Amino acid sequence: MTPTTQAKAKAYSHRPDEDEIMALEIKLLLQAIEFRYDYDFSHYAQASLTRRINNCLKKAQLNNIAEMIPKVLYQPDFFEIFLKEMSVTVTEMFRDPLVFKALRDKVFTQLKTYSRINIWHAGCATGEEVYSLAIMLKEEGLLARSQIYATDFNNQSLKIAEQGIYKAEKIAEYTHNYQLAGGKASFADYYQAKHGYAKIHNDLKAHITFAHHNLIKDQCFAQMHLIICRNVLIYFDKKLQNNVLSLFNQSLLHRGYLLLGDKESLEFSNQKNNFETIAKGQRIFQKINYE
Amino acid sequence: MASDNNCHYQALVIGVSAGGLNALHNILPRLPNNFPLAIIVLQHRGEVVFEGANRNDFLISYFQKDCLMPVTEAMIGATIKPGNIYIAPAKYHLLIENTKVFSLSLEPPVNFALPSIDVLFDSASACYKNQLIGLILTGASSDGSIGLKTIKDRAGLTLVQEPNTAEVDFMPKAAINLHTVDHILPLHDIAPFLCNLMLGNKD
Repeated sequence: MTPTTQAKAKAYSHRPDEDEIMALEIKLLLQAIEFRYDYDFSHYAQASLTRRINNCLKKAQLNNIAEMIPKVLYQPDFFEIFLKEMSVTVTEMFRDPLVFKALRDKVFTQLKTYSRINIWHAGCATGEEVYSLAIMLKEEGLLARSQIYATDFNNQSLKIAEQGIYKAEKIAEYTHNYQLAGGKASFADYYQAKHGYAKIHNDLKAHITFAHHNLIKDQCFAQMHLIICRNVLIYFDKKLQNNVLSLFNQSLLHRGYLLLGDKESLEFSNQKNNFETIAKGQRIFQKINYE
Repeated sequence: MASDNNCHYQALVIGVSAGGLNALHNILPRLPNNFPLAIIVLQHRGEVVFEGANRNDFLISYFQKDCLMPVTEAMIGATIKPGNIYIAPAKYHLLIENTKVFSLSLEPPVNFALPSIDVLFDSASACYKNQLIGLILTGASSDGSIGLKTIKDRAGLTLVQEPNTAEVDFMPKAAINLHTVDHILPLHDIAPFLCNLMLGNKD
């Protein structure tokens, strides 16, 4: 580094202080939220949490994170907006079509032997993947005996999921995904298009129960044959990941299946030896041991 | 240049878009196997709807073949180690935790990009502060400009490929227009510059 570069670098020395103050503000904000609403974000991965808090700050047009503290304390509506920002995510119907194909080929074939099938879709966000699942169950003749519990900690997302109304401009992409996922009929059989929107048919919804559930603090509520939780664990630190995976183990029947996100694995978790890998690339695991 | 041997930099983040394969190939294979920085490469990739389970294989094996430094995918939870080249996976934002561990996020695209260079650069500079070098190469997007400025604001070193030597000059120009970068380098000079900076080579 040349001397002039070094001199230039020193001229920017204000930034580290800002970062320290911001870290402190985030700590205080998260404490306020925990005391007021009993949502504990302290075990979220810090980098994306920091981004999302700053996004929320910009949208609310506040000057600093500390200003968010009185707002979350006094305005539950603002907290709802905050929650939405915390969980906004990229999702689509049949995202990663190969995963859905593997689910159909390797898991549904086994689930056929059960007279009743319980499925928990944890962190269902706005519902696109839940309906994808229901469509595939229907095509395999399993939907009539299936009960899908679709849960999320964000009530606004759940409301959108429950309505099952999506922008029609996405349909071409979803149709393509559906075909790649091994869809057996025509994707148009499952929705009604109107005024630029596509509404998912009610017969798919009849087997889905949308409910509020917070993975950080809530418990098991039924015995499951299959748990789907994709791209939720990526936001948690190791401790919280292990807690949630333990919860999944407790919720699964013996030989029950667990489907995680593309980049998530059990490799470094405390559940590594309790599950067998069914499809490595598609992150499908089967429970072989209780905790 | 002996004083450069105790250079304090620990990591180099590279943001690159259209024309990236050639540009990266001009730089990465020319770094020696004792090159001391951790290098994190974010190459924008077009939307590929149908990809296999090992969707990174092409980019990684392409560089593994020709690089002297080890090349792997930036895996969630992996600790960043010096002397390694990490390639950002497709379809997720790549971030660096303050503990020097990779994390991923599915926030909506930033600057129409997923992964976004700004997202990586911002979190990388929050972690490495003045021990970070940021480099913007060829591309048809303005992604990375703000991130590079953030690196500068946190007293890191900022480098940009000279626009005339870029297959697509939009991204280098956008970065240069936003703030005063430390060095604007012709593509062919980037690898020697880095070697000189880190190892004090005369090359």
